[in-house]
Amino acid sequence: MRYARLAWRRLISMRTALVLLFLLALAAVPGSLLPQRPLNPAKVDAYLHTHGAWGRFLDRIGMFDVFGSAWFAAIYLLLFVSLAGCLVPRIRQHARAVARKPLPAPKNLDRLPESGSFTSGDTPEAYARAARAVLGRRWRIVQRDEPGGVVTLSAEKGYTRETGNLLFHIALLTALVLIAVGRLFSYQGSVIVQQGQGFCNSPTAYDSWRPGRMAADGRIGPAPFCIDSLNSFTASYLADGQPSKFAADVTYSKVRSDGTDGPAVHHTITVNHPLRLEGDRVYLINHGFAPKVTVRMPDGSVQHDQATFLPTDPTTYLSEGAFQEQGPQGAGKDVGIEGFFAPTPTVGSDGVVTSVSPQVDNPVLGVFVYEGTLNPNGLPQSVYSLNKTELRRIGQANLRIGQTTRMPNGVTVTFDGWVPWVSLSVSHDPTQGYLLIVAVAAVVGLIGSLAVRRRRLWLRITPAPAQKPGSPTVVAVGGLARSDTGNFTTEFAGTLSRLRDAATPVEPALVGAGKE
Amino acid sequence: MAVNTGLAHLSDGLFTTAIATYAIAMACYTAEYAFGRRGRVAATSRIETRVLVGAGGPSVDERTAVEPPTARRSDRRTAGERLGRLAVVLTVVGAAIHLSSITLRGVAADRVPWGNMYEFSSVVGVIAVLAFLGALWRAPQIRYIGVFVMLPVILLMFLAGTVLYAKDAPLVPALQSYWLAIHVTAAAGSEGILITSAVFTVLFLIRQRYEAVTARAGRLRFPVTLGARLPAPETLDKVAYRTVAFAFPIYTFGVIAGAIWAEAAWGRYWGWDPKETWAFIAWVVYAAYLHARATAGWRGRSAAWINLLGFGAMTFNFFVVNIVISGLHSYAGLN
Ligand code: HEM
Repeated sequence: MRYARLAWRRLISMRTALVLLFLLALAAVPGSLLPQRPLNPAKVDAYLHTHGAWGRFLDRIGMFDVFGSAWFAAIYLLLFVSLAGCLVPRIRQHARAVARKPLPAPKNLDRLPESGSFTSGDTPEAYARAARAVLGRRWRIVQRDEPGGVVTLSAEKGYTRETGNLLFHIALLTALVLIAVGRLFSYQGSVIVQQGQGFCNSPTAYDSWRPGRMAADGRIGPAPFCIDSLNSFTASYLADGQPSKFAADVTYSKVRSDGTDGPAVHHTITVNHPLRLEGDRVYLINHGFAPKVTVRMPDGSVQHDQATFLPTDPTTYLSEGAFQEQGPQGAGKDVGIEGFFAPTPTVGSDGVVTSVSPQVDNPVLGVFVYEGTLNPNGLPQSVYSLNKTELRRIGQANLRIGQTTRMPNGVTVTFDGWVPWVSLSVSHDPTQGYLLIVAVAAVVGLIGSLAVRRRRLWLRITPAPAQKPGSPTVVAVGGLARSDTGNFTTEFAGTLSRLRDAATPVEPALVGAGKE
Repeated sequence: MAVNTGLAHLSDGLFTTAIATYAIAMACYTAEYAFGRRGRVAATSRIETRVLVGAGGPSVDERTAVEPPTARRSDRRTAGERLGRLAVVLTVVGAAIHLSSITLRGVAADRVPWGNMYEFSSVVGVIAVLAFLGALWRAPQIRYIGVFVMLPVILLMFLAGTVLYAKDAPLVPALQSYWLAIHVTAAAGSEGILITSAVFTVLFLIRQRYEAVTARAGRLRFPVTLGARLPAPETLDKVAYRTVAFAFPIYTFGVIAGAIWAEAAWGRYWGWDPKETWAFIAWVVYAAYLHARATAGWRGRSAAWINLLGFGAMTFNFFVVNIVISGLHSYAGLN
């Protein structure tokens, strides 16, 4: 029990908080230097592939998901337990300090770090009134009487410092709770939509779906709305090829509670300007090209197709993808096409076609045509490449729009044109609005905590002794800085001179003669 | 919107002129530091001459010595004094030229002039200079320290003008947001101020070491020798603290503004992108610095090192993360 209490004391000490803050900073470092699975799983795989046992060791200790790892959580949870532990007594103490009157003046004000005295022609009562007026409302002032007609003033200011500091730390704690709750109830889906297509906000519609715990358990459902159609996507570029604007024009509708669709609404989603709907946000994340082809199959039938090609080069948008045309079941007469799409093509000295710009200018579709069985094992398969185990290459060509290539066995491929696609991402996080409020509170608290200084001031106003009537009233002033002593000396000197100026000057005759 | 190349060129020219002006100013500060005020050394440290009150801003209290009034009067016209004054005038002129360069850059492309690393460095540099001028306003006697502020600023601007330089151009779609103005202004503002804080911290460590070595009559070696002419360690420590106390809420606000922007641009307010991660690290380290200042046994030297660690994290975030580690923050404008 004793040890438990000791350990708790230790945990909530400033020193521990300091060490834990350091650990937190240190623990975040590998999260930025090593590839992280939630951000880029492909990079993690590549790292594992090239680093063997070392990579597997790092993986085992969670280095590829630092911010989801147990040890990172341990550090911040300890820090926040420590924070909560040190906040409770501080809040109690501060509440008491605020409720309490400023302390009575110490006996000897000249023993305080700052002190001074002067004389006044006023009575103690009158001067006390004048001094209170000088100090103004920023000071909390209590007036007390001491024996012999002595009046003391106890003044204190700067409570805001501790209030702000507590507000800041409480805001941090609240923020952590909100983040955790938000993660439970959040979801995020992304989907590629070709021009002319649409989707509804439901897990099955998404290419990738990342639910929080509650969404995964089905305890919250995605908000009911549909992006009915991507009407158009426009990418604008400057003369030098730098992109200047991306805009996706969509039609959406909310689903009413009775299951019918609401009215269709037009909206343009651009980068930095998501569509905000029903607590969800729809973002424009990426875009690309979906070339269209017409394929004459080995049996003479004709198929039209358009396929999403993914950009492999982020600056020139050279893209790759595949077409898969099923022939009669089991005949081994399927046609598969792997290809690349060069929006602004250029032919290198080696005859290889690449792209020089993401803008579309007389594009080239390069096709590698295969015949055989497309999906021999019947398993789900990528739509962006071919499983070539039972395919045989029958030809290749680079096509401009409208051109056709003919294979020896009669198969033809015509490049008909292209449509744009966009990648949209839908996010839901119910606590982020509250989090913003808490963040603002944290900044406000921080400013209060760092800009305000705590000060104490006492005045002892002693009347002229009874046996020496007419000798002036003596005012002794003492000051104490309770935080951030920085420039207290001048501050005090300034206050002292203002207090002195408020005193009625003592008439010289009066001082000299010592009588009325 | 096309870029006005004439104005853009003028901006580049002014940028170079600003560096040159700062360099001359630095030479003057150096001259003052080296020759101008020998009398200072003896008087340093213990005389309380003036304390300056700041309203909200970083205020500086000076326990350093300025020569006693009589000595000061007779000293007034020394070459050192005159060089020091010239240095300040040159700094102000340099800052004005520097600000015009930044403004023209923005006018030329009709946008906020901090859309890539070059422009950001330029803004951070001018803020560091202004922060120093602000401290000078409050505490004129720290003037001769100017050399230590101008040095990193000139270095930063040199890097900006050579390695980081990017031609004036309109913003890519990802940066077309008013949050660019808010977020990056807060970041550049706080980082400029934190540079001056780091400078004062280094000087504090030097001065402290100097006092320790002279106390045991040890041998002084560079850079500890610089300590001979520096203000009292308490002063340097306090100025360093005040500047952090001033910059930290701005930095915090900058990070929050970044999170708000990330929510609008990328669909989440925080995603542990390398840039975000290092902003977090620097923030936590500066929070640790503020804590250390309030923890027995950590004040002084330990706290000073934490301040420098925070500055290191911030600098790492700017140079290494932007250039070497790629993330979503495609900001550098370098490739
Ligand atoms: C969650 C991590 C924490 C962060 C980010 C943090 C941040 C800060 C910051 C920025 C300040 C400066 C404001 C000021 O100086 O008034 C501060 C002050 C303070 N913090 Fe924390 N803090 C954390 C946890 C803690 C914990 C666990 C404790 C308790 C042991 C604590 C106790 C204090 C105290 C007493 C001050 C006032 C220091 C002073 O008077 O200057 N903090 N904190």
